[in-house]
Amino acid sequence: MGVQNAAGWLFSMPFLVLFTVFMAFPILATLLMSFTDFGLRNVTRPWEANFIGFENYTELFGDEKFLKSLFNTAYFVVVGVPLTIALGLVVAVLLNNGIDRARTFFRVGFYAPVVTTIVAVAVVWRFVLDPSDGLIAGLFSEVGLTAPDFLGSETLAMPSMIAMAVWRNVGTVMVLFIAGLQAIPTEVREAARLDGAGVWQEFRGITVPLLRPTLLYATVITTIGYLNVFEEPFVMTQGGPSDSTLTVSLNMYREGFNFFHMGYASAMAYVLFVVIMGITVLQLRLLKDNTK
Amino acid sequence: MTVGQAPARTAPTGRSRNLRRPLVYVLLSLGLLIMSAPFLWMALSSFKTTSELSASPPVWIPTEWTLENFRQLLDKLDLPLHFMNSVIVAVLVTVSNLVFCSMLGYALAKLRFVGRNKIFGVVLGALMVPGNLMLLPLFVLMSKLKLIDSYAGLVLPFAAGAFGVFLMRQFMQSIPDELLEAARMDGAGEWYIFWRIVMPLVKPALATLSIFTFLGSWNNFVWPLIATNDPDKYTLPVALATFATDPNKAGGSNGMLMAGAFLVVLPVLVLFIALQRHFTQGIATAGMK
Repeated sequence: MGVQNAAGWLFSMPFLVLFTVFMAFPILATLLMSFTDFGLRNVTRPWEANFIGFENYTELFGDEKFLKSLFNTAYFVVVGVPLTIALGLVVAVLLNNGIDRARTFFRVGFYAPVVTTIVAVAVVWRFVLDPSDGLIAGLFSEVGLTAPDFLGSETLAMPSMIAMAVWRNVGTVMVLFIAGLQAIPTEVREAARLDGAGVWQEFRGITVPLLRPTLLYATVITTIGYLNVFEEPFVMTQGGPSDSTLTVSLNMYREGFNFFHMGYASAMAYVLFVVIMGITVLQLRLLKDNTK
Repeated sequence: MTVGQAPARTAPTGRSRNLRRPLVYVLLSLGLLIMSAPFLWMALSSFKTTSELSASPPVWIPTEWTLENFRQLLDKLDLPLHFMNSVIVAVLVTVSNLVFCSMLGYALAKLRFVGRNKIFGVVLGALMVPGNLMLLPLFVLMSKLKLIDSYAGLVLPFAAGAFGVFLMRQFMQSIPDELLEAARMDGAGEWYIFWRIVMPLVKPALATLSIFTFLGSWNNFVWPLIATNDPDKYTLPVALATFATDPNKAGGSNGMLMAGAFLVVLPVLVLFIALQRHFTQGIATAGMK
């Protein structure tokens, strides 16, 4: 078998060119911009931005709004990810146990929110949670209760958004776990049952350890997705009330594209990127080799 | 433990399993009800009259079905225009991904060349990078290139995704090398082999990639929001979000908003239900690295 250097590079060229111009260059440029006072006038004259060293970064960590958005994003991830993973696992195990006829029907139903346009879904949820005419308010009034103003309350707005995120993403996790469950050989399960393992023992002793790679993958992609949360607060609350749902991505969007503090916003983007990378590496370490 | 004891021990477990079955169905049905409730609520609300939308006690199923919400919405929002924008962008993104990702996928799976492992490393790295990291310089770049408010500006950053390369490489690895070698012996060039032998063999993967890419583009929000200023160039999600967050436009009319969401969600749901097998396969493939 020969070596096909020319063909190999020619076939790689379109991707590499697009990657360089629209990904590698912007990644580097964001880093450079984060050390400048890049503003609106620099959109037309990028080279006139002034180098200001680490000023954006030092300012960030004294910026209460940014710290709040960091906290909100952490809240969203810390509560949302375990809920999504746990519910996805439960649905997958239920679907894998004793359901054969309606399996496709259920799978399609649980996965449907994943494919739908997030903006539309957020618009729908905003109305579902509406304190006077919403779905939840309707259910509350049927049993004689008054629904709280979910999205208008500083304490309830974020949990409401988490509920919606779990609802939307549980299907992805479910599909991953179903694939993982089906990869567990039936002999292993049967052997456990012959040894007298109960349902819970089988789950703890066989299902969970053998699902570890899937669990790792599902956790990593869900965490990355949740750390970037943007559309939900953009459509449902605009970050309010009193910044209680302002996430890092939304904060960055506003600083960058509403106020055109683009250098400052770039620093935010990089802080978020470093956080995402750090957490991903940490998760890979923590979840990977525990069985060995 | 002896083998003889086994049946006696499994019997109770087996029975409890059968007893559990109805419980499993009940739990799943309950879950499904919660999952579909927002969609049902959206669909029903979009056909309600204004008075039934805010009736107390609530009206769950409209007593007089009306198209008034859709009529009002279409008066205020040029949905066919935004629909076409979304379709054009999604089709262009899909076609370019099918071609470019397959090309690189083929090179990575079946060609030997210096730098191949490095390029694969770049692809894996690109999978990890969050899109938000690139937004600010991309906007400056597109402004400089005068591509704001153009289809090119909406398509180019997504024209060759790392996910597609990864997916195509996985599928193309299973093509037997002998097949390609035989073609090379007969004097076929790589370009010919790629289009005439490899691409027809990976049709299922191309179908999966088309669905995911099309959907990703259809649902994409942040970049179209940034890369368009002219409302006539808005894609559907941008048009809907702008409409929903502008109090002067929607005027708090939940009926209109539900009608809008319904029209945006419906094509996606229909497409998904028709092609659902490809979705689960695609995700499982991407997950099993």
